[in-house]
Amino acid sequence: MKERENEFLKSLFKKYYFDYIDKIPVPDALYEREFGYQKFDGVGAMIRHIQIADAGEFKAFLMGNAPSDVYCSNGYYSFPALPLKEKDWQGADLIFDIDAKDLELPCRKKHVLGVCEPCCRSMTGNPDGTTTAAVCDGCGGSESKMRKKSLPCKPCMQAAKKQVRGLVDILCRDLGVSPGEIKTYFSGNEGFHLHVAHDAFRVLGRQERSDLADYIMLKGLVPETMGMSKIRPDKNGFADLHEGGWRGRFAKAAFGSKTKRASIISGLVKSPDAGYVEFQKMMDDAAARIGIQIDPGVSMDVHRIFRMPFTLNSKSGMQKAPCPDVDAFDPYTAAVVLDSDSVAHVVADCPVRFGLGGRRFGPYKAETVELPAYAAAYMICKGFARMA
Amino acid sequence: MVDTLLPTPEWRSCNGPVSGRGPFIYAGCQSCIMLHVGKDEKAKYPFLPEAGKFLQDQGFSLAEFGTDPVLKVIVDKAYERIMAATRGSVYRSALVGGKATGDHTLNMEIFSFLIAIVLIKLANHNTLVQRFALNESRRAEAFLTGDLSDTQDRSRSDMARRIIHDVSGTQVVQSNHRYLIPVADYLIHSKSFHEREWKLVNREVDGGYIILKPDKAVRLVRHTLVTYITSRINKSPVPEMIPGFEVMVAQLVAEAERLTPKYVVTGVNPPCVEHAIKVLEGGENLPHSGRFMLATFLLSRGKPIAEIAPLFRNAPDYNERITMYQLKHLAGEKTGTKYMCPSCNKLRIQGLCFATEECDGITNPLQFGRRRMAAGDVAAQEAAGR
Repeated sequence: MKERENEFLKSLFKKYYFDYIDKIPVPDALYEREFGYQKFDGVGAMIRHIQIADAGEFKAFLMGNAPSDVYCSNGYYSFPALPLKEKDWQGADLIFDIDAKDLELPCRKKHVLGVCEPCCRSMTGNPDGTTTAAVCDGCGGSESKMRKKSLPCKPCMQAAKKQVRGLVDILCRDLGVSPGEIKTYFSGNEGFHLHVAHDAFRVLGRQERSDLADYIMLKGLVPETMGMSKIRPDKNGFADLHEGGWRGRFAKAAFGSKTKRASIISGLVKSPDAGYVEFQKMMDDAAARIGIQIDPGVSMDVHRIFRMPFTLNSKSGMQKAPCPDVDAFDPYTAAVVLDSDSVAHVVADCPVRFGLGGRRFGPYKAETVELPAYAAAYMICKGFARMA
Repeated sequence: MVDTLLPTPEWRSCNGPVSGRGPFIYAGCQSCIMLHVGKDEKAKYPFLPEAGKFLQDQGFSLAEFGTDPVLKVIVDKAYERIMAATRGSVYRSALVGGKATGDHTLNMEIFSFLIAIVLIKLANHNTLVQRFALNESRRAEAFLTGDLSDTQDRSRSDMARRIIHDVSGTQVVQSNHRYLIPVADYLIHSKSFHEREWKLVNREVDGGYIILKPDKAVRLVRHTLVTYITSRINKSPVPEMIPGFEVMVAQLVAEAERLTPKYVVTGVNPPCVEHAIKVLEGGENLPHSGRFMLATFLLSRGKPIAEIAPLFRNAPDYNERITMYQLKHLAGEKTGTKYMCPSCNKLRIQGLCFATEECDGITNPLQFGRRRMAAGDVAAQEAAGR
């Protein structure tokens, strides 16, 4: 991103933090957390190991640095400002990241575009606006300068919300977390973040969290768990539709109905060897369909500095916004918090029409347009526009 | 010495929520279930502080065990208790149905455990400590399983739950013949198991609890019994040699030496490393995590940097200067911090694990090909060394 674009975004972000500072909640156990941030002109460098003493310092931190992104640790430390090995880790909240891009829906072909970073030209190699081009037809830039950028997509958000609902169901029903301990946020770009402040999980280390993530993703399942065995499988031991936990969910996904369950099981137990292999395939298929698509790397990490709620995401200019009601939440209006009163003139190049802040934008073909500041910021963050 | 086998104030401290750090003795802790420890319980669980106090109450001195022919039976029993552990077999208890048939049996069971600890301290060999602690915990595991699942006598079940809580910090909840363990406790304890059956996904999970059968519930926390007994032994001071114990101690030392494993590394690379080398040889891109694994593995195996660097020559983005810098960094030449080869679990998550049967339950690629030397090999090597 260039200097003028950086200045434009920096002023908008700064205004947001000034205007909204009293609405941004101070994180719990503030003094035990590590904070970090990135700057617009910092070429992506992370400034971290920051300890904040009180609410006043917290506000000054946000308003004074005009950060492009702000992060707060899920971990609690005795000495958050020291290097990692000396911080004296005390525990960490459980965190989850559900990203629409990991769901690999077919619609992504229509709203994920190649963008040439130096000249903001969106690649139009395919009829749907996507690209397989290796060279930018605007500036001749090479493939290494091209970035994939996604535009708002409701089906993707609906699919991500379904994952969130599934995750909350597992957390509450299976793992004993109360709904009040779960805070769900729109990530500010293409997914959702869940913060779980459940005391018993706070002490879990990386390995334990990895096992927990595998449970949520339904990974590592053995056929015996669902009732199938190689030697003399017992028809009565198979997972049933009325059961709780993964056995019940699996039975619904794999068998569908009681009648089908009975006939499938009869087939499986007739020849246990072949049945075992077939059942393994059924399990793999079900796991891909009903396992929750979280990013296990995030959930395993006990030292992560995670995007802080209510702060802005420089990938979109949108807010990491709370979603008390995920079903009713519309990220493309609720998380649009940048200035909507002022306008900006940008050179935009985006072949796909999209909705943001209750308005429709595009398509644009390398043209100068006047946009509300939030939309201009969105397009600049995504790389589809530059200052006119 | 007898006093040293009693619980110390340190042992009595309750460390609060489960952390798997053990040992825990919760005397005086409000959250602990306070139950009367009867004679049978002392015999079944001689590592309990109450059993240690029992010996003290009898008024024996350690010197008497070395000279008194009547007490020598107990010493022989203690010796046999350790030897059973070195053979990997669980010491056969004289208890019948978990009950002592008389005071003699009771004394034998409790005293032989305590004298065994004295003998182990005198032998001063870690192999004996480990084996004894493991086998005593297996012995206790059998009793705990029986007590926990006793539906007739509630006090036995309560006692088993108290011991599990005291030793592991885990509260087993009993509900309609089901034994429930909190999810977080389960995760903490099950991480030491490598079999897939112990993965959370292969357990019945409901409302924040794992539902287990009594044997699995006890098996889950057995490692904390091992830690607890090991800790008791390690915290006891080494006594002066007791006249009459010399021969037995010498035999125990010899046995421990014989059992101490010696390993030889075969030099064969694990499949994950072979895969990484193949990818690089083919000029394909190996992700950063794969390069990290390959470099740290080879460095740990003692391969010089100059021999590792050429492996990366075919990488699409190869840069000799950067490669050398990074290898030196991983080897600790830049900062003094040497990087370890990632665990198999981490590699599995990163999609870099290509496990074969030969991996055989290893937890780090560095363990691959590590073969335990047979006793004959050890003797031959020692002879050659001389």
